[in-house]
Amino acid sequence: MPRREGTPTPPDPKRTEEPSELLRELVAHLRQNRTQLREEWVVRITETRLLTAMTKEEIFAEATSVYDSYVEALETEAFEALQAYARNLSERIIPRGVETHEVVGIVLLLRDVLARSLFAKYQNDFKKLNRILDAYEPAANRIANTVAVGFVQERERVIRQQQEAIRELSTPVLQVRERLLILPIIGVIDPQRARQLTEQLLRGIRTNRAKVVVIDITGVAAMDLTVANNLVQTVEASRLLGATVIVTGLSPEIAQTLVTIGVDLGKMNTVGDLQGGIEQAERLLGYKVEKLAEPR
Amino acid sequence: MEVPILKQGAVLIATFQAALSDADLNQLRMGLVQQVVKFRSRAVIVDVTAMDVMDSFASRTLREIAHMIRLRGAETVIVGIQPEVAFAMVQLGLTLEGVATALDLEEGLAYLNEKFKTTS
Repeated sequence: MPRREGTPTPPDPKRTEEPSELLRELVAHLRQNRTQLREEWVVRITETRLLTAMTKEEIFAEATSVYDSYVEALETEAFEALQAYARNLSERIIPRGVETHEVVGIVLLLRDVLARSLFAKYQNDFKKLNRILDAYEPAANRIANTVAVGFVQERERVIRQQQEAIRELSTPVLQVRERLLILPIIGVIDPQRARQLTEQLLRGIRTNRAKVVVIDITGVAAMDLTVANNLVQTVEASRLLGATVIVTGLSPEIAQTLVTIGVDLGKMNTVGDLQGGIEQAERLLGYKVEKLAEPR
Repeated sequence: MEVPILKQGAVLIATFQAALSDADLNQLRMGLVQQVVKFRSRAVIVDVTAMDVMDSFASRTLREIAHMIRLRGAETVIVGIQPEVAFAMVQLGLTLEGVATALDLEEGLAYLNEKFKTTS
């Protein structure tokens, strides 16, 4: 059972209703005035400029189902169904770009709209209003809590899933000439991905019997100290396998980072762009690329 | 377990077995350093393909072998470091600076042949 919050009621000898009875009465009231309260709520949502990513019709449809779920949760105090609904709702609206504050905002708005309607209904019976609010507030707060937590959890799940996807985006180790590999790195590198890259590259060196590797990091905007250190380690580990590494496409920011950690530049072979890197690799491997004719 | 040292032309080849004790490593070091002058070898290849772990002592011994061989007038190439071993080594900071490395024995010999051609 939810703990009672809000203003503590002094013991009332005339008190007859149990909190559950009060809730039942409350639910009946909310069901009766469903159309009017729901519309008021939608108006408030639009006024507060929440859910701007959704059309009016969508807001109305969602509001209807949220309202019904809300009343049902108040009635049954079974929050599992509401939790499932919140997750389902989040699944639908997260891709639309709905923010956490909007979801929390609309649920709090609904709570306030309903509380106001309770004020209006019981304004002549202050003691009863007090008891009704005693029953209503903890349940309403718990609903708001459940929906917000459900939304945030869903969001986190989506984020985790995307991180997983990024990690699984294979970073290909490509052979461009015999004994020459290219490792193009694009996007953000975290320590875990850096480790995976290194392992993939080392295995690639072994299986392709590579002598020269060009690591192109044009697509990496910045890297932190840990990852920069990982890059240096990759270069050193490749050398232990007998392969020379040429790093190309260092951005000014990454150059700054590498200088900050004090990389031994004797160990790092860097060329400005990928083309230059491949040309140098070809020289190292003894290739000479000649132009035979002008392109037609 | 003693590590056999094979003579192949102007090159001495020592192949590490798995699980060498520190004493074996010391013995190998002395053996190589003595024989490189005895046979007038120009280079030494140390093949570590069989080693799936490389501790700091083994790594330091390899570097010492390379530097001692250099002082004795020959060159050292370490060949066959496994990818996992290489990764573990750099994480421990054991990068064998100043020591030539190659993918395997064949590559090591090719590297030395190229080198002999240009220096002789």
